[in-house]
Amino acid sequence: MGERMAVRKTYKLYVDGGFPRSESGRTFPFVSDDGSEVVQISRASRKDLRMAVRAARGALAGWRGRSGYNRGQILYRVAEMVEDRAATFAAQLELGGSSVSGARAEVAEAADLLVWYAGWCDKYVQVIGNMNPVAGPFFNISVPEPVGVVGMAAPSAPVLRGLVAGLAPVISSGNTAVVVAAPAQPMVAITLAEALATADVPAGVVNILTGFPEELAPWMAGHMDVNAVDLSGVHPEALSDLEEAASHNLKRTGRWESPDANLYRISAFTEIKTVWHPKGR
Amino acid sequence: MVRHDALAPRPGTGPPMWEYQESRENPDLAGIRDRSGLWIDGEETEPLSGKWFSTIDPATEEHLSMVAEAGPADVERAVGAARDAAAGWAAMPATERAKSLFRLARLVQERSRELAVMDTRDGGKPIREARDVDLPLVAAHFFYHAGWADKLEYAFPGAEPRPMGVVGQVIPWNFPLLMAAWKVAPALATGNTVVLKPAETTPLSALRLAEVAAEAGLPPGVLNVIPGAGETGAELVGHRGVDKVAFTGSTQVGKEIRRRLAGSGKALTLELGGKGAHVVFEDAPLDQAVEGVVNGIFFNQGQVCCAGSRLLVQESVAPEFVDRLRRRLSTLRVGDPLDKNTDIGAINSAAQLQRITELVESGQEEGALIYQPPCELPERGFWFPPTLFTDVSQSHRIAREEIFGPVLSILTFRTPAEAVERANNTPYGLASGVWTSKGSRILWMADRLAAGVVWANTYNKFDPASPFGGVKESGFGREGGRHGLAAYLRGVG
Repeated sequence: MGERMAVRKTYKLYVDGGFPRSESGRTFPFVSDDGSEVVQISRASRKDLRMAVRAARGALAGWRGRSGYNRGQILYRVAEMVEDRAATFAAQLELGGSSVSGARAEVAEAADLLVWYAGWCDKYVQVIGNMNPVAGPFFNISVPEPVGVVGMAAPSAPVLRGLVAGLAPVISSGNTAVVVAAPAQPMVAITLAEALATADVPAGVVNILTGFPEELAPWMAGHMDVNAVDLSGVHPEALSDLEEAASHNLKRTGRWESPDANLYRISAFTEIKTVWHPKGR
Repeated sequence: MVRHDALAPRPGTGPPMWEYQESRENPDLAGIRDRSGLWIDGEETEPLSGKWFSTIDPATEEHLSMVAEAGPADVERAVGAARDAAAGWAAMPATERAKSLFRLARLVQERSRELAVMDTRDGGKPIREARDVDLPLVAAHFFYHAGWADKLEYAFPGAEPRPMGVVGQVIPWNFPLLMAAWKVAPALATGNTVVLKPAETTPLSALRLAEVAAEAGLPPGVLNVIPGAGETGAELVGHRGVDKVAFTGSTQVGKEIRRRLAGSGKALTLELGGKGAHVVFEDAPLDQAVEGVVNGIFFNQGQVCCAGSRLLVQESVAPEFVDRLRRRLSTLRVGDPLDKNTDIGAINSAAQLQRITELVESGQEEGALIYQPPCELPERGFWFPPTLFTDVSQSHRIAREEIFGPVLSILTFRTPAEAVERANNTPYGLASGVWTSKGSRILWMADRLAAGVVWANTYNKFDPASPFGGVKESGFGREGGRHGLAAYLRGVG
């Protein structure tokens, strides 16, 4: 009687609600911190990126059309799914070198952060938008609207919390996202994709690509159907080229050092729309 | 092609007729127990008062449960439990407080069918409304306010919001669980502890809510529920250990509470009566306006503080509009609240039925013309048919007093200015409706209507994100939205 062979998970991309391999057929090895485990990870190509942007664009109208309450319920459900996978996340973070307690704490923080943003979905408009007291008989209101498809280069540390800190504010207001995961611990991003896929997040709202940011980020920054990019995960030396690439369609760009809760990461990916309407009998 | 029999026109009847088919919800789903004790400090407990009262189903007059009545010693105990829990609850990390309220919201969603049937049986409202309006809003209120618990500093820039402490809340019987949610959710989210007194005719769902809250992990003493009548409420609001009082109910009792609290230093918010005006202009989409007016006055048998109980219709379309209203009334189903087809259920109590009856008689005596569609009312229980009054003048009692029943008083106007004048000619100021296809007129009217809420081309819309409350003698303070949080915080007003 030998030991039972474990059934191992194959790590693939997350695009349009499905888990495809890279169209390029490429993979790259993830080697655990102590060298004991090697896992093959899909290495997304420029074409995978384009497919992901297409999926995100396709999902945008439906997602931004949902009520804030509904998006809040779904983000809260993501938190439930993350908490449910706490052991998986923690084990993966430990493979990447986290301590046992550090890994557990990071999963808990990530779940709490999702709950925090879930609460904002039906409130940020009340804090960021407002009536404008114009000097005339007009109703005049300014409301934040989602900017559209947001590309995101996720930071490598803290990998799960950083990923959630970027993704949650982007989708809470109704944007859709294409995420290039940090290559150091890519399994964490795919486990998050599984949480998203089982939390009633509609297909295409979040797309997660594993691979090399230095290969994918320039195409993301230059893509004419991406409306904004969160460059928190890119190397500072790469920033200037990426921001230049983003200039072609005047993408909104942002970069955050801290993975903390931050209302203004929501407003960064919104546009203010002002509506005028006359008053009179 | 097969033609369904039920859709086939019958000889002599004109339009197609449908067979009526009863669809009755299972009354046992409510899980009502023989005895319902007080809920104090995280557990069900016998009343020190030694008193119990019967709560009945107003649709059948059947006894449902013996309910504990809180006396002075019980109020003392409940306020004491809330006091003891206050510091811990306020000091809990806000995110943890938020998560326990999210859990509560989730459990309410899980148990909404049970709670809907309970409110229908205890209060008489149609199950369709309890299921589709009350319960989804209850869950939404907890969900929305849960999210605020750790974001209060964003709601009040430049201020340092702090909880008030112990909140005493007294709620009415028209939306038993929804009013509990409107009160409890913001109070807990802002870090206060609560003693809630539900109405004596509908105490069951608030008690069940307290149980659900305990299951969600709310610490003992954070939410206490003490049924009783007016004396219990008076004892609670007057208790020295209560820092803030929130009351929903009649303007008369609201004024009594204001008097009682004078000089006490306690904070107070009041959500009181109303005499809502529906203003229908000649350019309104008339069929939609008919639906809105019907919904505005017959929703929950008209037992709604913001009910659109006065219809102001522009003279040029008045005859046409009233005709359409009469036709629509004849299609309303009055009867068994547990039947999913029912539009109008039972009146909440014998006392309320008597008040409605008395005011309707005054309308006839004062010379208004009554219209009631032919409808069979059940023999047992408390019932009142949908009622319209035309030829109503501004001085009639039915145009001035809150009836809190399915009774609509119809008046007319010629100009927008006259509509405003008539709509505002009341001591109340809770809600108004405007029906017109002209956007600028909606906004012009909204600026001039003295009401806390103006619904345009819709009516009776509620959302936890939207503040609700009155001006003038309809009370002060708002519930819901960012502004509703202020009712439970120090340092923001």
